[in-house]
Amino acid sequence: MTSLLTPELTARWDEPDSFTLAAYRRAGGYQALPKALRMQPDDLVQMTKDSGLRGRGGAGFPTGMKWGFIPQGDGKPHYLVVNADESEPGACKDIPTMLANPQALIEGIVIACYAIRADKAFIYVRGEVLHVIRRLHHAVAEAYAAGFLGRNILGSGFDLNVVVHAGAGAYICGEETALLDSLEGLRGQPRLKPPFPAIAGLYACPTVVNNVESIASIPYIINNGAADFAAFGTEKSKGFGIFSLSGHVTTPGQYEAPLGTTLRELLGLAGGIRAGHTLKFWTPGGSSTPLFTDQHLDVPLDYESVAAAGSMLGTRSLQIFDETTCVIRVVLRWTEFYRHESCGKCTPCREGTYWMVQVLEQLERGEGSEADLEKLLDICDNIVGRSFCALGDAAGMPVISSIKLFRDEYIEHSKHGGCPFDPSASSLFARELA
Amino acid sequence: MALSDEQRARLAADAAEIIGRYPRSRSALLPLLHLVQAEEGYVSADGLAFCAGQLGLTEAEVTAVVSFYTMYKRRPVGDYHVGVCTNALCAVMGGDAIFADLQQHLGVGNDETTPDGKITLEHLECNAACDYAPVMMVNWEFFDDMTPQSARALVDGLRAGADISPTRGAPRLCSWREASRILAGYPDDQATAGHTAGHATLAGLRIAREHGWEPQPSGSSRSAARQPGTAAGGQQ
Repeated sequence: MTSLLTPELTARWDEPDSFTLAAYRRAGGYQALPKALRMQPDDLVQMTKDSGLRGRGGAGFPTGMKWGFIPQGDGKPHYLVVNADESEPGACKDIPTMLANPQALIEGIVIACYAIRADKAFIYVRGEVLHVIRRLHHAVAEAYAAGFLGRNILGSGFDLNVVVHAGAGAYICGEETALLDSLEGLRGQPRLKPPFPAIAGLYACPTVVNNVESIASIPYIINNGAADFAAFGTEKSKGFGIFSLSGHVTTPGQYEAPLGTTLRELLGLAGGIRAGHTLKFWTPGGSSTPLFTDQHLDVPLDYESVAAAGSMLGTRSLQIFDETTCVIRVVLRWTEFYRHESCGKCTPCREGTYWMVQVLEQLERGEGSEADLEKLLDICDNIVGRSFCALGDAAGMPVISSIKLFRDEYIEHSKHGGCPFDPSASSLFARELA
Repeated sequence: MALSDEQRARLAADAAEIIGRYPRSRSALLPLLHLVQAEEGYVSADGLAFCAGQLGLTEAEVTAVVSFYTMYKRRPVGDYHVGVCTNALCAVMGGDAIFADLQQHLGVGNDETTPDGKITLEHLECNAACDYAPVMMVNWEFFDDMTPQSARALVDGLRAGADISPTRGAPRLCSWREASRILAGYPDDQATAGHTAGHATLAGLRIAREHGWEPQPSGSSRSAARQPGTAAGGQQ
């Protein structure tokens, strides 16, 4: 029978000491590293390309291709920066990965750095996760002590130092060039691209910025071969990854499965929508991806199929909302989030998100009209595609898609003179409050 | 607050070590700000000037950075920074009710501190634990699956000095200042203690175990490549 779930990164998370080097090695960890160090760096880049691995941080850019853009023999230092700034509303996969299995990330870092010829790597982790930060420091220290980091790793002549760097609370630092500015000690504001980080990244040197899950997937590819990884998933979205289910689902949590798995399949495993309720809308990849409804239960969750259905796979952050949820309430909160997290560098995003919050508040209070919906869409028109970075595009997605799918509900608020939903009915402790 | 000479000397030694981690000194600014926040509980004018001095920056340059990041506080914070996620999903699942209840219970508004100096209450954006909604954070440790009742019990316990452990985190809850020091890159001794995974983290793994599912590199039960654009699987 086909395995609907393919636990690899998540495979040993239930062992109480899974975060230790000893537990990782017990399960075959650090077997990929000596193999990789015996290969030519360019062959590792090719192998990663052949695996079909695409960036697991949301954009889905082919990881091996990113590595291949790093110029060689240029005489400049090269850097790997791991994007561990997981902050997309709905995304909650990298944090548990680093808590339970940070050594897979460290082994992947060493292999990636060898491939791109970098001797310094940074793990840029969001600051608001204290125990994860402890675990990362511990994992790095254990790897140094075992000779997997530092000078002349496993006698290969390859040196690598890794620094754990805690952010300070800014969603925009998940955008790779804002992250680099932040790591340079500046406000986290995106840079104009090109040049891309592969040419002028950290300190204007060639830099690869990769998501935690992308890098942690590398040891599996080295151990089992590119073809094996590519045998999972769909034609253009290879491999497996972590799907994060949250919200009104019976058993929320992390489900590692081949790309192309559907929400219907995942809900089947997760016990369905919470008892007595029905699916209203969901995000395939976090708040920055257009909403789906029960019409999209069978859309294969791979990059192409989700895009063809009008949304984006993003970070596979499946936030599930049932029929008790007011869509305006949800969209307003997300819009407030984008307003708060807009870095202020460009006008459409900085101003547009403020305007949208005000219009949405008015609509939520039942003081809006049809004309306000047109106004919202017009504002979105001026933000999406006209902002400096993808945050502006993201801010428009929930607004545009919710008006498209739930126009009547917006109007209903005005007719009703306020929100027709009981907010307590959507809470997990609805009965307690009643 | 003014930093004493003793404090300055001690901080300068830490700062030198932090700056040494980076190829260029300015990269040390974020950890240095965590460091001075650990010393005084917030980034004071003196702490800010200290960071500027260590890195050869102007105070204006450092102020521009401090004001950008929400984790740096310009006013004293209580012993416990209590955060309630009110981003969309947590809000809907009950975060709004919890935050409203706590404001009333503690008699403080957003970003305010109780008169006893114990608790600063703040609503948070998504903290990457949506599978445990509604989520609260105390000094950046996870308190999962909260209700108004458990939230009240939590803050009452914190104010009474009870032993409180996060639902996913280190067994001993750090003070705000201790937490800031960890963020500066000086972890305490609790890395190997505490939790590794909660119930939601393990949800998929448990089901996979029940069915004997795993990625099988060369076995016959490996998941076959699926055709794009078609609904996959079918058996359930």
